[in-house]
This record gives sequence, structure tokens and C-alpha cells, in this order.
Amino acid sequence: MHVTSPVREPLIQGGKTYADVTEDICRHVEGAPTKEWKIAFGISLLVLGYGSYCLAWTWWEGLGVWGLNKTVGWAWDITNFVWWVGIGHAGTLISAILLLFRQKWRTSINRAAEAMTIFAVLAAASFILMHMGRPWMAYWALPLPNAFGSLWVNFNSPLVWDVFAISTYFSVSLVFWYIGLIPDLATIRDRATSKVSKLMYGLFAMGWDGSAKTWARYEYVSLILAGLSTPLVLSVHTIVSMDFATSVIPGWHTTIFPPYFVAGAIFSGFAMVQNLMLITRVVYRLEDYITLEHIETMNKVITLTGSVVGVAYITEFFIAWYSGVEYEYYAFFNRMTGPYWWAYWAMMTCNVISPQLFWSRKLRRSITFTFFISVIVNIGMWFERFVIIVTSLHRDYLPSSWAMFSPTRYDIGDYIFSFGLFFTLFLLFSKYLPVINMAEVKAVIRSTSADLPKKIAGVAKARHDVNKMGQPVPNYNKEQE
Amino acid sequence: MAELTGKYLVGVYDDDDTVLHAVPKLRKSGVKIEEVYSPFPIHGLDEALGHPRTRIGIAAFMFGVTGCCCALTLMIWTMGIDWPMIIGGKDPISIPNYIPITFELTVLFTAFGMVTTFFISNGMGPASHFHPRFDFRSTDNKFVMAINMGSNAMSEDEISRALRDSGAEEVNIKQF
Repeated sequence: MHVTSPVREPLIQGGKTYADVTEDICRHVEGAPTKEWKIAFGISLLVLGYGSYCLAWTWWEGLGVWGLNKTVGWAWDITNFVWWVGIGHAGTLISAILLLFRQKWRTSINRAAEAMTIFAVLAAASFILMHMGRPWMAYWALPLPNAFGSLWVNFNSPLVWDVFAISTYFSVSLVFWYIGLIPDLATIRDRATSKVSKLMYGLFAMGWDGSAKTWARYEYVSLILAGLSTPLVLSVHTIVSMDFATSVIPGWHTTIFPPYFVAGAIFSGFAMVQNLMLITRVVYRLEDYITLEHIETMNKVITLTGSVVGVAYITEFFIAWYSGVEYEYYAFFNRMTGPYWWAYWAMMTCNVISPQLFWSRKLRRSITFTFFISVIVNIGMWFERFVIIVTSLHRDYLPSSWAMFSPTRYDIGDYIFSFGLFFTLFLLFSKYLPVINMAEVKAVIRSTSADLPKKIAGVAKARHDVNKMGQPVPNYNKEQE
Repeated sequence: MAELTGKYLVGVYDDDDTVLHAVPKLRKSGVKIEEVYSPFPIHGLDEALGHPRTRIGIAAFMFGVTGCCCALTLMIWTMGIDWPMIIGGKDPISIPNYIPITFELTVLFTAFGMVTTFFISNGMGPASHFHPRFDFRSTDNKFVMAINMGSNAMSEDEISRALRDSGAEEVNIKQF
């Protein structure tokens, strides 16, 4: 008999069989692109095109096209970078930390969330290249023997740590994502009818055959990758926060930054996952796989991390006063009441108040409201980085050099570029690759499906009838089922 | 992925629990099972088949140690020996500052080393796409058991009957 604990709703609705899972998820990969997809892809290509023009001009003409000045030397570039990297934290968190915690609900969303991570980190990396001004010199950040005497990069600098952290995070996430894709690529390969797709999916599936030996190794590799990625996720935003925290700028020089940044990253990342999944589930008709239960669980994570962020804001403020350091105090007072007060209060409203609305179960389970709040959270998190960077810089120790920052069309255009890049890549992913991990969903369907299909019903308990050595327990009887 | 040669009996099951229970039953009756192919991992199946526990974890650890040593060597040599520099009043070799990059490179080496080991030990690569397979439904919803007739003493009929008794819905013959 199949027993579901009454406090938990089933993860997969609609009584799916294994074949149904394959069919439902392969449908959009195998079919021709839909009209909606073509329109969305066309729009994102246009956005990318305009962004690329702005980016090309930025590189051609130099960083003077941005609104930076002598006082505010970092503004939208680093704001956008931190914002995208933060968003890029949700995917690996879902696939790695939730795997270690054995949270089965991750199986329906981990593929798309990981893809989102990879594209968000690419968008973030584009700002690193942009803010160098001379991107062809980017290799200077690497410890390479060079022609200028053997002068090496400074390994004491968090900016160099960042180079290693971001590139490791990107490549390890990519590997993790690809390893997870292989069994599903094999499924598509084995169903493919056209020669081209058979070959393309086949080459990337690496000859996967799903033998018991391969699966055992696969699970072991996934587990270790999850174990490695968990501290990796936390280390990346910790190091990003150290770019600020190890400087002596009031407003940046704060020991609270690492946990505060990591919580903020998860907060904005989950909001972005919500945005993408709410659209994906409707467009690809995956409501049985990404259920209200999934949405509600993610909203709970948003509330938790949003509260951590809120507590961090208040702590930071309290310490600025309590420390008695007048510059520190001024930096925070200026954030709240200075010329950028609107950015500060936008941040406070979006990040501290809005996630608290999810304490209401009704709002937590409302799709429209979830979508709305997710957008609000992402706006708020962008303002958080803007507030941290610009308001800390624009009034420094010397009042004669106080200045304001206002973006030019190239600041905005380069931000638009990152959206074009992100959505173009995400749309390509959602068309040509399965957006849900079929193998993992199949593995949890038996224990979590709502209405178990006849074919696989009534055998959930049988798992326990095989002992460690693989010998059946004596009283096991097939007919009892 | 071993090279497939000779004659195989291929049992096709449509349920993961059926196949998981069929394996010890068949092995007890003397059938030598070469491998079972499934669309998702079945816990306990590799143990039931008598496969040895994977040693990929040892490889992962070795790669991690290599990464850790490489990172420390690089930083100590460049910062402390090749061009010693005092930064922020700290010793040229200041290990605490090297920890973040040491950690990142340890993770990087472990991940890539382990995944490469994974591909090599499974014999996987782009060219493996052209290798023969038993049943293409094993990546969709079927559980496929392969029995090499060359390594079994029992007759084809006996094994075929045993497979059906254990719940196989089809028994096919595959010749490579």
C-alpha cells in the first residue's frame, strides 16, 4: 500500500507513468518551435542586438561613455555584476544543497534553475569584462608569466580571489548541469527520428546506456559534486562581498557582509527562478510537474532569506550608530536621508516588507501574486547593490569632491545587453533541452505521485523487502501485491 | 561499457521493483546476469547484481589533494620566492590570505578530475554514440536485463523461462 504523509502534498500530479514523464517533457524539444517561442526569441534577439551595439560603443570609445566620475568610480557596472551573480546562486543551491538535504521537490525545478545559474553568471561575467575598459587585457588578472618582469598578480587581493571564485563556480556549475543532462540527452537521442538530432543529442549524450554500474557511479559523482558545490556557492558570494568588505570605505567595511550577501543572493535567485518557472510551466504545460506546492516551498525560502536580509539591514544600521564612528554613521544616515533616499527606501520596501506578505498562505499560493512579488524582490535587490555601491562612494571624506551619479544611455544599454544575453540563452535552452530532469522525476514519482498509475501502484513498500546483500527477505511474495 | 560480442538474451521489464526483485531470484537459480539498464537509478540494484562499490571517491580525493597542493605551491612561490612582496604589512607568505584560492582550486581540480574519471571508467565519450545497445526503450520506461549466453551454462529455454517467471514482459535475443 502506498502511504503519503498527510502534511505533504504529492510532488507530481496527474498520475504520471514513466512513459508519460518522457512524453510530457520531450514534447517541446521534439516539436517545431511554437509561435510564442519565436516571438519571444525575436524580441530577445532585438534586445541583445541593441545591447551589443551599446557594448561595442562602450569598448570602442572607452568607459568615458558611462556616467562615472572621479568620486563614483563604480556604479551600474558592479551593481549589475553583483545582481547577476546573486541571481546565479539559486540554481546550484537548489541542485546541490537541496540534494544533500534530500529535498525531493528540487527534482522538478533543478534543471531550469541550474541553466539560469549558468546564464546569470555569464551575464555577470560580461560586466567584469566591461568594467575593465580594455577587455582584451582581461588575461592580466590571471597569474601568467609575463613580459614585465616576473611580477605576479596580488594573491592577497579579494579581486583576484573573485577571478578564481567566479570562474570555478561557472565551470563547476556547468559540469554539474551537464552531468545531470546526460541521461536525458540519451532519452531524447533514443526517441529522435531525424538523423541530425539523433547525431547531435547522441554526441552530447556520450553513449549513455543507463547500466546499473553507470548509474551507481553517476549517483556517487552527483553526491560529491553536490558536496563540493555547497561550500562553493557560499564561497562565491562571500568573496564578492569581500571585494567591498576588505576596503576601508565607510558603508563597505563591514564584517556582516559575507552572510548578508549570501542570503541576499539566494533571495534574489529564488525570485528569478519563480519568474522563469511560472512562465515555463504555463508555456510548456508542465503544471503537473511544477505544482503550487513547489511554488509555495520556494516562496517560503524567499521569506526566510528575505527576513535574513532584513535583519542584516537593521543590524548594519544599528552598528553604524553603536560603533560611534562618525564616518560610518554618516554613510548610513546619508543613505537613508541623503539625495539617494529614494533608492534606499525602494530597497527597504521591496526587500524587507514585500517577502513578509508570504506569511499568508493564500498569497503564497497565488500565482499572480508570486510573480508580482518575485519581480519586486529582484528590483529591490538591484537597488540594494546600487545603494551599497553608489551611496557609499558619492560622498567621501572630502566634501569638495562630493558628486552624484547619473547613468547615461550606455550604462542603461549595457544593462539591457545582459538581459538580451540571458533571455536569448534561456530561450535556446528551453527549446532544445528538457527543462525538467526526466530521470530524477521518474526516480521520485513512485513515492510522491498523487494518483499512482495502476502499473506501478502498490509496490512502494517492496523496496524494504530486499536486504543489504540484495537477497529477498524470505516472506516476500510477488502475489501479495 | 564492455565490448558486446556473442549472443545475448534480453529481458524487458516494465517496473523497477519487479526488476530489483528479479535480480536476486535469478542469480539464486544460477543465471549469470551481465547488466541491467534502467531509465533512472534504482537503489540497491548494483549491490544486488554483485557489482563492486565504485572507487571514484578515492580518485576525487586524490584530485582534490593535487588541486590544493598546486594552489599553495603557485601562491607561495610567486608571492614569497619569485618576487617577494610585502602587502598591507603582511609577511610575503601569508597563508590565511591564500585560503580562498586554495579552496577554489581544490574544488575545481576535484570536479573536473572526478568527472573525467567518470567518463573514462564508463567508457563514455562522443564516439560511444555509435556503440550497439540492447534496447532503446531503456532510457524511456523499460528496464532491460542483459544475459550473455557465452558465460552461462544454462540453456536458452531455461533462462528464458526463468526471466518470464521473474516478471519479464518480453524476452528477446540479440546477436552482436
